[in-house]
Amino acid sequence: MKKLNGSTKNLISSIAIIVVLYLVMNGMQATGNLSSLMSGLLVPVCAYSLVAIGLNLCVGYLGELSLGHAGFMCVGAFTSAFFSKAFQNEIPDVPRFILALLIGTFFAALFGFLIAIPVLRLSGDYLAIVTLAFGEIIKNVINVLYVGKDVNGFHFSLKDMMSLNMDFDGVVIVNGAQGITGTPRQSTFTIAVVLLILALIITHNFVNSRTGRAVKAIRDNQIAAETVGLPITKYKLTAFTISAAIAGVGGVIYAHNINSLTATTNNFGYNMSIMILVYVVLGGIGNFSGSVVATVVLTMLPEMLRGLSTYRMLIYSIVLIGLMLFNWAPGILKFREEHGLTTKQLVGRFKKNKEVQ
Amino acid sequence: MKKKFLSVGLCATMVASLFAGCGADNGAATSPETVETSGELTWRIGGIGPITGGAAQYGQGVMNAIQIAVDEVNAEGGINGYKVSFNFQDDEADNQKAVNAYNTLKDWGMQILEGTVTSGACAAVSAETYNDRIFQLTPSASSTSVTEGNDNTFQICFSDPNQGTVSADYIADNGLGTKIGIIYDSSDPYSSGVYQNFAKEAANVGLEIVATEAFTSDNKTDFSTQLQKCKDAGADLLFLPFYYQEGSVVLKQAHDMSYAPVMFGVDGFDGLLGVKDFDVSLAEGVYLLTPFAADAEDDATKNFVTKYEEQFGGTPNQFAADAYDGVYILKEALESAGLTPEASNEEICDALIAAIQKVNYNGLTGEGMTWNDQGEVSKSPKAVIIQNGGYVSVE
Repeated sequence: MKKLNGSTKNLISSIAIIVVLYLVMNGMQATGNLSSLMSGLLVPVCAYSLVAIGLNLCVGYLGELSLGHAGFMCVGAFTSAFFSKAFQNEIPDVPRFILALLIGTFFAALFGFLIAIPVLRLSGDYLAIVTLAFGEIIKNVINVLYVGKDVNGFHFSLKDMMSLNMDFDGVVIVNGAQGITGTPRQSTFTIAVVLLILALIITHNFVNSRTGRAVKAIRDNQIAAETVGLPITKYKLTAFTISAAIAGVGGVIYAHNINSLTATTNNFGYNMSIMILVYVVLGGIGNFSGSVVATVVLTMLPEMLRGLSTYRMLIYSIVLIGLMLFNWAPGILKFREEHGLTTKQLVGRFKKNKEVQ
Repeated sequence: MKKKFLSVGLCATMVASLFAGCGADNGAATSPETVETSGELTWRIGGIGPITGGAAQYGQGVMNAIQIAVDEVNAEGGINGYKVSFNFQDDEADNQKAVNAYNTLKDWGMQILEGTVTSGACAAVSAETYNDRIFQLTPSASSTSVTEGNDNTFQICFSDPNQGTVSADYIADNGLGTKIGIIYDSSDPYSSGVYQNFAKEAANVGLEIVATEAFTSDNKTDFSTQLQKCKDAGADLLFLPFYYQEGSVVLKQAHDMSYAPVMFGVDGFDGLLGVKDFDVSLAEGVYLLTPFAADAEDDATKNFVTKYEEQFGGTPNQFAADAYDGVYILKEALESAGLTPEASNEEICDALIAAIQKVNYNGLTGEGMTWNDQGEVSKSPKAVIIQNGGYVSVE
């Protein structure tokens, strides 16, 4: 048997952990031991994890800071929810959801591609600012977008509902700031987990492929990579588009888990983009499974802190600072190393114990 | 190294003690679950709204008002002989967080939901309550998407279409203006909802809309461009369907550019007179729609406003008044249905759906309120005008 390399082993173990957690959660849900809060959080956690994985590809391997990934999530969410709502009565559930998933992913990728063409000519702070602006544009455009459907087909407007000029029996699908209401709820935990695992496999294979190695070479030294003859733009575009597509998948899952979809600063604006960046940084830049763990922890945390009422968000921020320091402050890292408290050492100790037993 | 850790530890202890102190000081505001339910059977009423973030003041008003009403009801012996316990959860005005908050309340054992405060979040939660058969009464979510298709959701405030239509009719009937300028918040479901219905009705009653200007929640501190455009278009009446903070800025800036059309706000303008550092004289002659005036002379309003000011400080707005009424509406409906907390959520939900449609309630925010099977309240918006720093009814 071919010997597996380190990163593949890591991938397999993280998939195994996800599958075990999935089975445990399902078991608890079936026996009624899972609180409503937890079971309500399962799907959103997967959705945010997907976006975090997407962003990690961009930040960790492309080496470019994007502050607009919530925008791609937004594109995925709205295009797919629009499709599902528009064809709710025409297409049966299962094929419609698959199509919605494909459409959401495709449009997020398309926007990623289109944005990347001008944007990837910039780097560093400039790229961050442009992506930030882009995320805001998407949010604001969706807030003034009105789409309706009647017997004559679709009607679009960027002004208001009246200028759609629909028949009397027309249905407004996207109602500006009121967003899309009544998206069929089709995201299940199973679908979300399957997509999450799929995303982990795809990103893992991508970064270890020929293209991925080229992307990493460009990240480490663009001039050297150019000298070797790598087409920089092509590789950068590919990585950015895949990153946006995965964020779009997260958006599709998110949209099909909630009845009322609106684009606000909190869920698709810069707040969310920064939040996703926090997941990525806390989980470790370039570490996909780490992003998932960080997402799970940081999504659950404010819900677990509900008992603190109005102090909740204050404490949450302090915990966040504490976690960041614990994970990344050089002094603390040194201290952890000296006292055998790094993740590696802890895992190592655990393994040793197992062998002794 | 050790010293450093010791100091960090000490700091942490100090901070912790600081928070502990805070918690003790303003009791009710900090602990959402205020009535201890140690095994005793009670009505479990949940509330959801933003108590942190940008819309926090609306959520806090609702939370405080429900608390006052629940305390009063409990002091009088509860509903059908059972005390009421109340748990309010934060949703930051976000749809997903609202669903999380709802699930938290479900774990707590909520039987009836009085919420949520904002429209978008409410539409997300009402889909959940519909599936779980939990009765929902929202004090302030005015969008029709909240009640559409959900037989278990009822509103205490009047709905967006109602407000937009009544405003247009009122302006046309009383000849307040012929050339209408509109400024609205395109990123807010409430504001754009009212605007759309106003524009629809305006076309029917022959009002000419000469300028429609939008702003978003990200830039709501300067309205000079929008005002200038309305002025250039010759608008003699401005329709302003948004909240009072922005309203105060609009009035100030219009005054500065010596533009004085008739200003017509909707129910979001209630609270205008309480804005800090706002020259109240600028609000003279402003029309607004409100079901509730904090300086009304009747005993019920006086009692509520005094209690609110004593316990929480500040003047309650109409959302708070709606929420206060909500508890008594639930009480009346539960009493007429003769329910006890032993009933399952489904039984309570079905019984309340039937009972609330027979309720005829006189409260702070209206006389003889009744509900139809669409979940809409019958009370109609009333226009008031601000004169000498107070509301004067114009009808």
